[in-house]
Amino acid sequence: MKRIVPLWITAIVGLVLIISNFLPGTRSWGEEATTWFGIIAAVAFVLGGGSLLKVHLKKISDRNSGWAYSMIVLGTFSATLAVGLFKIGVSPNPAFPDVPWSGDVQGQGTPFWWVYEYVFKPLTATMFAMLAFYIASAAFRAFRAKNFEAVLLLGTAFIILLGRTFAGYFMTSWIPVDGPFSGLRLEELSVYIMQVFNTAGNRAIIIGIALGIAGTSLKILMGLDRSYLGGGD
Amino acid sequence: MKRPSSLLQTNSLLAMLTVMVMISGAFAAPPAPTDVVAEDLPADGGGAAVVTWTIPEGVDGLEGFQVWRTETVSESTSRVGNERGAALLAIQNQAYANEYQRLVDVEGVAPEDASMQARAVARQAVIDQRTSVTPTETGPHGRFWVLVDTVSDDTDRLQVGKLSPSDEYRFMVYTVAKTSDGGVEKSAASAESGMVLPVASGIDVKRLPLFFILALLCGAVLFFIYWARSGRPITIRKIAGLSAVDEAVGRATEMGRPILYVPGIQDMDDLQTVAGITVLGRVAKTAAEYDARIEVPTSRSLVMSAARETVHSSYLAAGRTDAYNPDLIYYVTDEQFGYTAYASGLIVREKPAACFYMGCFFAESLILAETGNSVGAIQIAGTAMPSQLPFFVAACDYTLIGEEFFAASAYLSGQPDQLGSLKGQDMGKIIVGAVLIVGCLIATAAVVTGSESLMHAVDWFKGSVLSA
Repeated sequence: MKRIVPLWITAIVGLVLIISNFLPGTRSWGEEATTWFGIIAAVAFVLGGGSLLKVHLKKISDRNSGWAYSMIVLGTFSATLAVGLFKIGVSPNPAFPDVPWSGDVQGQGTPFWWVYEYVFKPLTATMFAMLAFYIASAAFRAFRAKNFEAVLLLGTAFIILLGRTFAGYFMTSWIPVDGPFSGLRLEELSVYIMQVFNTAGNRAIIIGIALGIAGTSLKILMGLDRSYLGGGD
Repeated sequence: MKRPSSLLQTNSLLAMLTVMVMISGAFAAPPAPTDVVAEDLPADGGGAAVVTWTIPEGVDGLEGFQVWRTETVSESTSRVGNERGAALLAIQNQAYANEYQRLVDVEGVAPEDASMQARAVARQAVIDQRTSVTPTETGPHGRFWVLVDTVSDDTDRLQVGKLSPSDEYRFMVYTVAKTSDGGVEKSAASAESGMVLPVASGIDVKRLPLFFILALLCGAVLFFIYWARSGRPITIRKIAGLSAVDEAVGRATEMGRPILYVPGIQDMDDLQTVAGITVLGRVAKTAAEYDARIEVPTSRSLVMSAARETVHSSYLAAGRTDAYNPDLIYYVTDEQFGYTAYASGLIVREKPAACFYMGCFFAESLILAETGNSVGAIQIAGTAMPSQLPFFVAACDYTLIGEEFFAASAYLSGQPDQLGSLKGQDMGKIIVGAVLIVGCLIATAAVVTGSESLMHAVDWFKGSVLSA
């Protein structure tokens, strides 16, 4: 029973989603099914919140290394939750001035907005900015000319990099723009590589992915692939 | 011969009249289109209508036509709400400014106290005047209109999409023409069309080609599943990334370090996450057999639940339920970079011997993979995000590229049913390849020969098959 019910739910909802894509009259069924997923995910968030509290409270009670960070996590989690949930510091909506909770919690100037704007965004931007350094280190490793293929990759990458900078434009600016060899200008060459070679390779991968998705979906709908339920039987 | 003076006067008057008519003609607005008709687009998925009109004749400097539609109820409500809100906000700001000024300048109240009192007065002003604020409602034919599109001067038909199938619409059209001084002038509004409800028809004809392709693909998959069930041998090429699972888990066991498994940052409604959970089952089973510790931080609650269930089943299958620890599979955060920060920190602190990245990834892919690389972990990644594949290829030891990732379930299970489905996918590839070659040939022939029928065929293919 623990397996059969989820399998039937999966099969029915999957079929409804497919049908709703082709029969416009049933489109609302598909939207309904998607809404259900949102409800289930929202309920499951309680599980997630519980897990978060459990992990960090255990860390604090056991005095594991870095337990102070767990305190910060729980403190900021609770504070943000309270600010957002109770609309702390939110002025009423001018259209409904006598309704205290009618204001927009995310409106400019509210504490929730402030937390998002001056705490969350800079932290996120910091993590994202680290990507630049990681790209440099990964590129350094990837572009080592160990064999013929690696040399080709390095050469292509070099053209693309130069073609997208002023240096590349400057180096081949002596080739006339309207002449027969204009395609050899680095900025043109870079565009050509991206539009032809890169797009062709990318599309091949995308076609494979699309077929993989269709095949896997069919297996799941038919109940052949039950691994997402935790096992085969 | 001398003309009579009365005739001369008449001629002069006629000439003046002609000049006046010409001048007034030059400044007169162009005539509006006539016979504006709107109809629901047949055999569609709803939300589309076709508007037609008759182009007025003899319009000098005709530039094109503007097509407008009526507002929907929700658009009207939203607009009225916004206008009302803006008006009340203006009242509140004005009342606050006046009161603050009065309190500070006239009564000499301290600015902090003045601000507090002025806020109370402003709030009261809004309460007092809120019923008196009613937004104006004007527009041709007594309605509010939304510009849909501007079309060229030789167009007398427009297919309007993105409409709500449950709302009724009327349309009107303006003529747009150039004036003699180089400006642009609009005609008066045309008569409005009749009411049209852009409902959905029984079948969306535009999506039929996609349906046939899907049916063909599913048919091929089903055929080869039954083919495999009949006992015919099906071979599958070795996938290095999946074969390396044992090696990675073994290494972690030998080194006494944990295994980190990241199932992507999307929820269970993403098929990549499902595929990631499938591979997790195999990795967890091997880890249970080797007695290695596997840690699974997730960025979605549902993924955490599914991962716990999967890992538990794997430990059960390996006969090691006593070693199963649900606390090692936990939720971190839904936020992309919050999760990345946690996972990166975990990698640096715990120094896992093996890292698995299996699921849907975005910009965090390289941050995670490079951090794992820096601690010397053996890394296996799998994703169907084409933009992240190069990063994983550069930073990981093995990468499951796109369809290999989805083939993992069949590869790991070795069941004939699942292997048959892979063969069906190969048939799909043959079909796609054939369509690609035929499409390229037709498009090339259309360009070389300039044949209109071939051009139409290419356009139809692009418009109905590729865009569906």
